[in-house]
Order: sequence, then structure tokens, then C-alpha cells
Amino acid sequence: MLARHYIGESWKHGLLIIGALIVLIPFYMMVSMSLKSQQEIQSISGGLVGAQEIQTFPVCTKHGYTEEVCTMRPYKYNFWFAFKKAPIPRYLMNGLIVTVSIFLIQVLIALPCSYALAKLRFKGREFVFSMVLFCLLIPVHAIALPLYVMLAKAGLVDTYAALIIPWTISVFGIFLMRQFFMTVPDELIDAARMDGMGEYSIVWKVMLPVAIPALLAFAIFSVVAHWNDYFWPRIVITGNRDLFTPPLGIREFRGGIDSDEFGPMMASIVTVTIPLIVAFIVAQKRFVEGITMTGMK
Amino acid sequence: MGTISLKNINKSFGSTEVLKQLSLDIQDGEFLTLVGPSGCGKSTLLKIIAGLEQQNSGDVIIDDKNVNSTRASKRDLAMVFQSYALYPHLTVRKNLETPLKLRDYSFVERLPLVGNFVPSRKEKKKSIDDLVFKTSETLKITELLDRKPGQLSGGQRQRAALGRAMVREPVAFLMDEPLSNLDAALRVHMRSELSELHNSLKTTFIYVTHDQAEALTMSTRMAVMIDGELLQLDTPSEVYNNPSSLRVAEFVGSPKINTFAAQITSDGSVEFTGIKLERKFNTNSQKALVAVRPEHLEITKDSNKPAFEATVSYRENLGSDIFYHVQVDQSDFKIIVRGSPAGLISNGETVRISLSHAEAMLFETSGERIR
Repeated sequence: MLARHYIGESWKHGLLIIGALIVLIPFYMMVSMSLKSQQEIQSISGGLVGAQEIQTFPVCTKHGYTEEVCTMRPYKYNFWFAFKKAPIPRYLMNGLIVTVSIFLIQVLIALPCSYALAKLRFKGREFVFSMVLFCLLIPVHAIALPLYVMLAKAGLVDTYAALIIPWTISVFGIFLMRQFFMTVPDELIDAARMDGMGEYSIVWKVMLPVAIPALLAFAIFSVVAHWNDYFWPRIVITGNRDLFTPPLGIREFRGGIDSDEFGPMMASIVTVTIPLIVAFIVAQKRFVEGITMTGMK
Repeated sequence: MGTISLKNINKSFGSTEVLKQLSLDIQDGEFLTLVGPSGCGKSTLLKIIAGLEQQNSGDVIIDDKNVNSTRASKRDLAMVFQSYALYPHLTVRKNLETPLKLRDYSFVERLPLVGNFVPSRKEKKKSIDDLVFKTSETLKITELLDRKPGQLSGGQRQRAALGRAMVREPVAFLMDEPLSNLDAALRVHMRSELSELHNSLKTTFIYVTHDQAEALTMSTRMAVMIDGELLQLDTPSEVYNNPSSLRVAEFVGSPKINTFAAQITSDGSVEFTGIKLERKFNTNSQKALVAVRPEHLEITKDSNKPAFEATVSYRENLGSDIFYHVQVDQSDFKIIVRGSPAGLISNGETVRISLSHAEAMLFETSGERIR
């Protein structure tokens, strides 16, 4: 009886392990390639870290560095050259500026909106909410062109504003927070009104602190989506490398004379991914809570 | 001062009328209970007094001032909610300070950081601290001041909520079923504490409850509301002993009052299930309802007393009293009789029931009282 129980369980776990491997193998490849030399990558040898022999890298010398400078262990070279070739800190900084601004403005707009939709009685409230739901159905790609034209007319292409403005009103955020505010008892709001708070004070001093868990969930959705976004920055950042976000930056490593040098490319990808992985590990519990709370995905 | 009067208040949500032409005068220092079954509009009425809900028509007058267009916070009332509605992210101390800060501090003084540099704030902070301390002493929650509501038990939260209402020293307290989230023992205990608090504060209390026991035990006057109408406003004993209509008689008192169909003869004497009332009534109706409270009926062995026969179908033992649910005349008609714990009667036994005093109330079939 017990044995059969274990067989049943191990079957399930086996399947889950296979699933996990499928997800993890690309990560393994990425980390491994960022540490190995070009020859090892191409011959698929060397295991996870490779032999780490000190060698001179030809692409490096082609870029005008002396041979002495270009002689080192592969892992060191990959990361060193990635940072030499592209201003990765700048990209990370841009990513941070864009995602944080987007999130803060989204909260600034979504909280009063969702408070009104959840707790205030006014004519047309249901209609407004149905419009919010309707907007959830519009894919970004469908409105990308008109958005671009508008930004271009306003002279905002190649600015931070172009990266931020189109995302500041998050219907998903409004929807998510509205659903959360529905669960906040009316009495709490009535109590705040009796104490003498105005509606805006209620939003920022009562609803915001109460909604921290929901906001964290929303923050994860928002930050992950915009940190990883390649599509939109690719459209509105046409030439200015100083405004590249991390995903655009990775693209620097593709094409050109050293198009097939995977080591530094993977090293740059690892660098870009690390902040999200760290954030995920720190907020893992919240992340799972957030996903289960919204009932999405 | 804390007189509140309501004049012809009407309120409807969509097409449902919640309050119909309701007028009510509340005296200074009174403990007035608004009691009625769920959905009778009592909470709505309280919110209208508080200013959290706007009436469709009618006037709310506090201390001779019409406050129809005065904001909730400017009416100088304090409210205690059923779910306590403490700010969950603030400590009890901060919860108590909030209404005072909002009332006493100017806009600049409320600003974070900048506010600290305004000289007048220091004095106000001192008086706020004093008030918070005084209130917490009165309610015995001083040692809980630095905890958050989540770390408190139900009774402690109740006290903290009371404290938040008390610090403002309002003209009147509004309480919306404040005890209904507590367990039975604590609820009874808090009843007496609330009464004591009322006695020491001498402030007007308006207390909403659906529990008629709370209304009977605590209030100086109780207002019975059913279906958006104020049916009777009187002292608890008057309401209990002398209800103005059958609906009030049925709502107040537990177990529920018994009603019997009665015949009235032309000379005004009333007879029901074979018992004739001693008193004669002056009425033109021929049919009426007699209502008798369970404690005014008794199980008798005296065959000379006018009585009727009934079968015991269920026994409710409360320790001090036993309530017998009995079936009259083998029919489905059931009444409740109070018996003494001595001499238990078992289910299925036939007993004779008579009136213990001549206390019976007569109502028209439509529910109005015949006196």
C-alpha cells in the first residue's frame, strides 16, 4: 500500500522535475556560456565552467587593445569585455529609471481611480468600470503605431518620456486595486471621514497602507513587464544609445564583426537578468501571493 | 450639550424606501437605543445623523443648528463601528491621535517634517498626548497603546475603538452595533461597562442594535424601528410592558410574545381559548388578538382556574427558567409558557395553562393596540 503510494508520488515528481529542467536548461546554458571561452562554446565542451585557461582573445585585440590587456581567463574576459563593449551600468540605470517612474506614476493614477470605482457612488460608475475592463482587452501592439505617431508629433521620440508616458495609466493596475479595495470594509472609510479626512487623505493615508500587499503584487507585474520589455523601447528609442534599456542593450552584442562571440553576450544577459532574479528571490512569497490573489496565469 | 432632533427624514435607495417620514428627538445626556430587526433602516438613520449618508428630505438638527449641509467631521460627533474600523497600520496610540490631529492641527502643522518646526504644534501635541493618556486610563488600555490593532483581542479592539471616539469629547456618541462581534460573555460584560461609561461621561449616546436585550438593559429610552418607521419611543419598561402595537410587542421580549385569536362580545368582554379576561374593553371590533408574554402564562394544577389544555412538544431549559413550547388543541398552533425549574414536565404530557396575572394585551387584527 505504502509502496504504491510512493510510486504514485514519484511519478508526479518525475514529471515536475522534467518540467523544471525544461525551464532551467536555458538558464544553465546562459550562465555556462557566460563563463566559457568561444572555442568551448562552439565545441560544446567543458561542462559548466570550462577549463578557464588563460588565453588571448582575438576580438579584443581587434578592438584595439594590446595583447597584454586581452590575455586573461575566459570568465573574466566575458564580463570585462561585455562592460567594455557596451555601457551596461548605464543601461541598468535606464532600466531602473524607467521601471520605477512607470510604477510610481501608475500607482499615483491607479489608486484614486480604483478607490472611486470601488467605494464612491456616482452616476456612470459601472460604465466607467466596464470601459476599464474593455481596455484590458486591447493589446499594446495594436495601438503601437498611433502611439508612436503621437509621440513623434509631440517631439518626444528618443526621450525618457516616450518610454514612460504610454504606460502611466495601467488599466490592469486600476482593475487589480479596485478588486482589492472592494474587500476593504466601508466602515474603515466612514471612520476616516468621521475623523475628518478628505477623500484624497483617505486614499493616501488609509487605503494605501492597507493595500500594500496588493501593491507589491502589482509592482512585481509592472516592474517585470517593463524591465523585460523589448518591443516598445525598440520603437521609440531610435538612435540615442544613452537611453537604451537593458533589453535594447543586449542587442548591441548581435551583428557586426564579432557577431558570433557568445561569451560576452551571455555575460551581459546574466548581468541584466540578475536584478530580476534577486528581486524574485527576495519577494518570492509575495510574488506567488500576488499571482494567486489576482487569479491570473 | 447634545440634543439631536430629526424632522421628517426620508431616505430611499433607488426605489426602496428605507426611512419614511421619521422624526425623533434625542435629549441631552440620554442613552437612546435604536432597535429593530435587520434591514429596518436603523443603521442608515445613524449614518444620516453622522453625516455619512445624505437624507432625501428632512432635517437633522444638532444643538439647535441645522447640520444638513455640514460635513461629517464638522458635526462634532464620534462613531463606534461594528467592525471597530481601527486603522490597521497604525498603533492604538496613533489611532487615538488621528482624529485629534486632524481637528486641532492646521494644514502646515500636519505636514511631515515641516510641521515639526511650527512652534504652536508643540503645545497642541502636549494637549493631544494628555487627552490620549487620560482616555486610555479611563478605558484601561494604556499598556496597549503601542500595539497595532492586529495584535489585540476583540474586547481590546472594542476599547480602542471606544477610545478613538472618546478622545474628541464629542457632543454625542453614535454606536453601530458595537458589541455584536464579541463573544456572548464579553458582550454582557461590555454592556455594563458601556452603561457605566455613559453614567460617567454624561454625553448623549445613540446606540444601534438588533439585539433587544441590549436595548432593554442599557438604554434610558429605546426607539423601536420596523420597516423604516419609528413605532414606539419610550423607556425600556414601558416598551416591554405597554407596547403600542403588536409588531413592537412581538419584536421586544424573548421568547416572543404569544398571540391568540379572541372574540369580543357586545359588552366588551374578551374571550380566547376558553379564558375570559376580567377587564372589559371599549371597542367596536368583534375579532381581535390577545397577546400574553410567556411569563404571564402558567402551568396550573388548580382545576378551578379558567385554563386551556395543551401538549408539551419541546422544553427549553435555561437553568433559571424553563420555557415549554406547547401545542394547543392538537392543532399546529404553538405557544411558549414559562415554567419553574421545579417539577419538570416531560415532552408529550398534557398540561392545563392559565393566566398568572390578568396581564393580557389586546390588539386589533391589524396590529393596533386596544386599551
